[in-house]
Amino acid sequence: MALIEIKRLTYTYPGATQPSISDVSLTVNKGEFVLITGPSGCGKTTLCRTFNGLIPQFYQGELKGEIRVADLDAAKHPTYEMAKHVGLVFQNPENQLFALSVEKDVAFGLENLGNSREEMRKRVDWALELTGITDLRERSPHEMSGGQQQRVAIAAVLAMQPEIIVLDEPTSFLDPLSAQKIFDVIHSLNKNLGITVILVEHRLDLTAKYADHIIIMDQGKVRFDGDTRAVLSNEETRLIGVGIPKATLLFEMLQREGANLPETTPLSSEELAKMFKEALNR
Amino acid sequence: MSRGLGGSVFDGLKFRKVSSPIHNLDPRMKFVYVIAIFVAAILFNAIIPLAILFVTQLPFVLLARVQRQWLRSLRGAAFLALFIFVINVASSFLTHGYRLLAMDWENAAAMTMRFVVLVESFSVFFLTTSPDHLGLALEQSHVPYEFSFAFTTAVRFVPVLAEEAQTIMDAQKARGLELEKGNFMKRIRNYVPVLIPLIVSAIRRSLELAEAMESRAWGATKKRTNLYALKLHKGDYALLAIIILILAVTAYSFLFVHVPTVRSLFGFA
Amino acid sequence: MLIIENLHFSYSSNIEALKGVSLTVKDGEFVAIMGQNGAGKTTLVKHFNGLLKPTSGRVLVDGVETTKTSVAALARTVGFVFQNPDHQLFSETVEEEIAFALKNFGYASDVIEKRVEWGVNLLGIAQYRKTSPFMLSGGERKRVALASVLAWDPKMLVLDEPTIGQDHQQKENLRQFIMQLQSQGKTVVIVTHDVEFVAECNPRVVLMREGQIAADGEGKEILTNKKVLEESSIVLPQIAQVFSQLNDPDLPKDVIDIYEAKKLLLKKLGVVTE
Repeated sequence: MALIEIKRLTYTYPGATQPSISDVSLTVNKGEFVLITGPSGCGKTTLCRTFNGLIPQFYQGELKGEIRVADLDAAKHPTYEMAKHVGLVFQNPENQLFALSVEKDVAFGLENLGNSREEMRKRVDWALELTGITDLRERSPHEMSGGQQQRVAIAAVLAMQPEIIVLDEPTSFLDPLSAQKIFDVIHSLNKNLGITVILVEHRLDLTAKYADHIIIMDQGKVRFDGDTRAVLSNEETRLIGVGIPKATLLFEMLQREGANLPETTPLSSEELAKMFKEALNR
Repeated sequence: MSRGLGGSVFDGLKFRKVSSPIHNLDPRMKFVYVIAIFVAAILFNAIIPLAILFVTQLPFVLLARVQRQWLRSLRGAAFLALFIFVINVASSFLTHGYRLLAMDWENAAAMTMRFVVLVESFSVFFLTTSPDHLGLALEQSHVPYEFSFAFTTAVRFVPVLAEEAQTIMDAQKARGLELEKGNFMKRIRNYVPVLIPLIVSAIRRSLELAEAMESRAWGATKKRTNLYALKLHKGDYALLAIIILILAVTAYSFLFVHVPTVRSLFGFA
Repeated sequence: MLIIENLHFSYSSNIEALKGVSLTVKDGEFVAIMGQNGAGKTTLVKHFNGLLKPTSGRVLVDGVETTKTSVAALARTVGFVFQNPDHQLFSETVEEEIAFALKNFGYASDVIEKRVEWGVNLLGIAQYRKTSPFMLSGGERKRVALASVLAWDPKMLVLDEPTIGQDHQQKENLRQFIMQLQSQGKTVVIVTHDVEFVAECNPRVVLMREGQIAADGEGKEILTNKKVLEESSIVLPQIAQVFSQLNDPDLPKDVIDIYEAKKLLLKKLGVVTE
């Protein structure tokens, strides 16, 4: 079932001479884990903001084409309506936390929606548990690390129980270990709760293994869109300048030189190692 | 990060996280208390009632366990208090024909004491009320949500901006900027490379905050609910009783009691 | 030449951020300082140009103790590029931005003009000379910041987390740029937690943990030492991970280069190569 349907979407920021995304069409199905990647300036950040209506409502500018999210016209439905279906987590953890305690921040969206106190308490507890930060509930944002702050941001979005969570380069400012924790949280939300996840990332070596669906953008257009393994094994992707995981590149190099490895493209070092061991045992 | 013995009047205004009965009181009731003290301090002109007012607040300071910070605020206010004293004496001197009577000294002392009483009560208030408690009080006092939100968000970002200012200064110092050198005008110009990035960053930050707020359903309904609720407890009612008592005694003394002046007690004119 | 002797540093009376660090960086070296957030990397490098002064111990830059001179003086030798270019940019044009430090250091205006010209060409931003830096994209602003620090040709360049938010191509460009600087004899120090980037560069690696140096040596050795990395909360580069997971007695564990990996694996598989 298609949760997001985009048809020929083109958007130009106010005052810009060229569109940031042009003629973008894509479909995201319920329960998918989608990875969107591409070089800087390819339009992926712009695309994220169309999912909940920030573009065009907050940013103004010119939007052409259709975008339907959770069966709503994202361009026309007010962002506060879309917020119930699509949660957006941004790059900088610091600028997503406004309150003086974690609890209050996680409840922020629910307060805006006018939920009852009991309902809010339940949802806040639930969201804190799922993101593993229950013990941080009374902390103030300034006392926490970037990784912890980002988990609060995810909990805050999660509390509104959207069908889709979109994360725009959420680990840019985090060290690899904190980044991994974030990916683990997102992965479990997708696998265990069935939340559709859209992750914008550069670091494919850390994230490709989670995604079943990958979209590679370049200069405002979608260049590749499909099953992760199929897309990443396509040699044309090397021309775009995205960070193909080293394990995948190594696999390709081995194959080209005649190694007798199975056909499935590995997306992580574990997969490659396993594949290699099996080939040895034959 | 503490400035040791120096202290300033601002030290007496920063919230201290301690568990005390005063800290747990409803901020709204505490604020009413501060107003009551303010009214009493304004009504009395004489030193004895003002001194009594000063002493009545001491139990609160001790109960709240904020003696040290409170003393620091008084120390910081000492300069201003001295200034008030001197001004009062000087103006009496000039208006009474270049001489000073016992009453002039007493009046100056009274004005100074009034200032001290006010600083004392505000200090206890801010020392025992956390910013989120304050924000909550604002929210529940039917102040439009935008204002209490602006307040708590501002407080939340103060340490962030302070750190950023330090980072920017470091970055510019690393390019040869010398902030301490030069005459007054040059020094002001030297701060431009620090202020501009700070302002630009603040603007960018606001934009990102606005995006995050919109994405969390800001503006969805006019009837915003609240995770917390401030409820009045026994302690608050006790404070209310004290407030009423203070106001009653103040009103009675003001209207009916002739307060002796110190000089009359000592036999001066 | 940078010499650090038993450096201790505390931000306040109870938190010691650096607990006895000793380090020597020779002219022309390329060093990557790695470690978890909070290990003390940025605190350490801020001593190189005197932004921080030791609580105890000594820091000597070309023989001069940092406590005996100013940040501005040290900055002439040690150029520092901060993580966020927006913390530096304030001028009306890119030119002025690049000229800022030069003016601070008292260069003559004809020299300034030449250096600005050199700087914009080096970083490929000549077309933006008269543009406001705020109008440029994130990557371009990073280049302006870099140009403004290189403009006075410091002997040593310190880059604090230069790969954050950069895409694959930008990182590759950065890597080549650092190689170029190296070939010109510059000492380059990068503070980073990006293992893949460091693996590509293969510099000397100084690994920090809880305010001390946990390891100091060749990149290849340290980045493949699973135990040492884990203790410092760092992940192995992906190629090294493959070899670690294969755990094969015939295969070495210290592999970070993809071509070397290919050769070794093909040999193991018994595939004949020319």
